[in-house]
Amino acid sequence: MTLRATTLPPRKISSLYFLLPWLAGAGVLAYAFIAGGYLVTVLGFAALYAIFVTGLNFFMGYTGQVSFGQNAFAAIGGYTSAVLTATHGWPVFLAMPLGIAAAALLALLIGYPTLRLRGHYLAMATLALGMIVQEIAVQWDRVTMGYTGIAAIPALGAFGWELPNDRAQLASLLVALGFSVWVSSRLKASRLGHALAAIAGSEDAARALGIDVARYKLLAFVIAAVYAAFAGSMFAHFVGFISPEMFGLHMVVLGFTMLYVGGIGTVYGPLIGAFIISLLPETFRGFKDYQDLAYGVALIVILIYAPKGIASLSRLWTARKKEGGA
Amino acid sequence: MESLLSVEGLSAHYGNVEALHPTDLKLASGELVAVLGPNGAGKSTLLRAIMGLTPGAGRVRFEGVDLPRDDTCAVAMRGVILVPEGRGIFGPMSVRENLDLGAYLLGARHGEIAARLERVFALFPRLKDRQTQLAGSLSGGEQQMLAIGRAMMAGPRLLLLDEPSLGLAPRLAAEILETLGQLNREGLGILLVEQRAPLALKLAKRAYLLSVGRVVAEVTPDQIASPHDLARYYFAAA
Repeated sequence: MTLRATTLPPRKISSLYFLLPWLAGAGVLAYAFIAGGYLVTVLGFAALYAIFVTGLNFFMGYTGQVSFGQNAFAAIGGYTSAVLTATHGWPVFLAMPLGIAAAALLALLIGYPTLRLRGHYLAMATLALGMIVQEIAVQWDRVTMGYTGIAAIPALGAFGWELPNDRAQLASLLVALGFSVWVSSRLKASRLGHALAAIAGSEDAARALGIDVARYKLLAFVIAAVYAAFAGSMFAHFVGFISPEMFGLHMVVLGFTMLYVGGIGTVYGPLIGAFIISLLPETFRGFKDYQDLAYGVALIVILIYAPKGIASLSRLWTARKKEGGA
Repeated sequence: MESLLSVEGLSAHYGNVEALHPTDLKLASGELVAVLGPNGAGKSTLLRAIMGLTPGAGRVRFEGVDLPRDDTCAVAMRGVILVPEGRGIFGPMSVRENLDLGAYLLGARHGEIAARLERVFALFPRLKDRQTQLAGSLSGGEQQMLAIGRAMMAGPRLLLLDEPSLGLAPRLAAEILETLGQLNREGLGILLVEQRAPLALKLAKRAYLLSVGRVVAEVTPDQIASPHDLARYYFAAA
C-alpha cells in the first residue's frame, strides 16, 4: 500500500515510464481545452467521479471496509445544492458547504451503529442506505420534483458572477480534484493514515496497540461521505440538472470499477481509474454495436495484467526483481 | 509477593460456546509465567479475554486496578500489550512503519519514540537493517522479531505473547525466547503462551497448564521432567 516502502533507488528509465501516463493525461486535457465540446463534458464527469472515488478509497482502500451506499451522500450533496440554489435562490458558496455538512452528519448518525458490522453485513447495511436515500429523492417530490428532477441549477460562482463556460467549469473541477487528491495523500501519510492502514491489516492487532478502531472507522466513513457530497454538489452545478437516476446503484458500480481498475488503497488510483473508465467507452465508439463488448474485454484485460490496479503497475515494475529474492 | 496481574474467574465465549471456563491466574511483578497446553486448550482465548478482545465475564486486575472487559484500547493504554497469535504484523507496511504504529499511543513525542526505537534495534539488530523493507516480505523469524519489537515500542509494563515460537525453526525459536528471557531479567512482566513446553519451561519459574478451557494444574519446571508428565496432566483433565 505504501509506495515509499520499496528500497530500490529511483532509476531514470523507470521514472520515464512513470511520467508517460501523466503526460498522456495532460495531452488529453490540453486537447479538450482547445477543442472544447463533448470531450470537456466527459472529462468533467471523470473529474467528478475521481473526487467521489478518492473519498470511497478512504473507506474501502485505506481502511479496508466496504460501502455500497456512497451514492446516498452524493445525492444529499447534490440535492441540497440544487434545492437551495435553484428553488430558494441561495448562493452556491453557502449551499455547497451546507450539503456537505448534512452528508457528514448523516454519515456520523448512520455510521455509529452500522460500523459495528463487518464484511457482508456492512455491505448490506450501506446498500440499504443508498437505496433509501434514492427512494426519498423519488418520493419527496414537493422538494425534489421526483423523477422530473431539478433544472436550471446555477453554475459555480459567487456574488452574482458565474463561471462563463464549460471550459472554465472543467478548470474549476480540476482544481477541486487536485485539492482532493492532495488532502488524500497528506492524510494517508499522517498518523491517521497509518492508523487506518493498521485497521485494514488487522482490527484486533490495531486495537491491541491502542488504536480506537471504532472511532477511526467512523472518521474514514465521514471523510468518504464529505468527498461524495462535495462531488455530488459539484455535479449539480456542473450539469445544471439533477434527477434521482443519477444517484442510483449504477453510480456505486461505476465507482467500484474505477477504484479497482485504478488501484484500491493507492493515492492516485482513484484518479487514474476515474479517467480511464470515463474515457474508455468513448474510445470504443467506433465499434458501434460492439462498444459494450469491447469495453468489457478491455476491463478484463486490465484486471488480468494489473490485478491490483493500474497505479500498482509502477511498483510491480520495480518490485519484480526483489520478489524473486525475498 | 505483590501481584502485577490478577485474574479471577475469567471466562470467555464465542457465541454460545464457552471457550474458557472461569479461570484464576496470578503474575507477580517482574515474573515470567508460562501458559502451556495442547491445541484448542483456550490459551489464545485466555490472552484475548485479558485484552478484552473476546467477550466474557470475570475480573482482571492490573497493578491493583480493574481492567475494563470491553475496551481493548484502554487495556493497551494501561501498558498491557499483546503480541497476537500469527504475529498480526501489517504486511503491506514497512518494518519502520510497523514499529512506529507500535508507539501509536505516544502520539508526537518523537524523542521518546526514537529512544524506544534504539532499544528495539539493540534487541533485534536485524530489524535495523530491514527498516525500509515491507514487513510481509520478512522471514518468519524476522516477522516474529518485528511483532515483539512493535509491542516493545508501546512501552509495555506487562507483555502477553501468543506462541512466539510458532512455525519457527528450533534455533530461531530458542533465540527469540532467549530475548524474552533478557527482557524479563530487566524487570518486564511476561505472560507467555506456548505449545513448546520445554522451551517455555527453561525461562518460566511457574507455569499454568490449560486443557479443554480450564486450568488443570499450576506447576514448576522441575515437576515437568519429561513430556509424559505433561501428557498426564492434560489427559487427567479430559
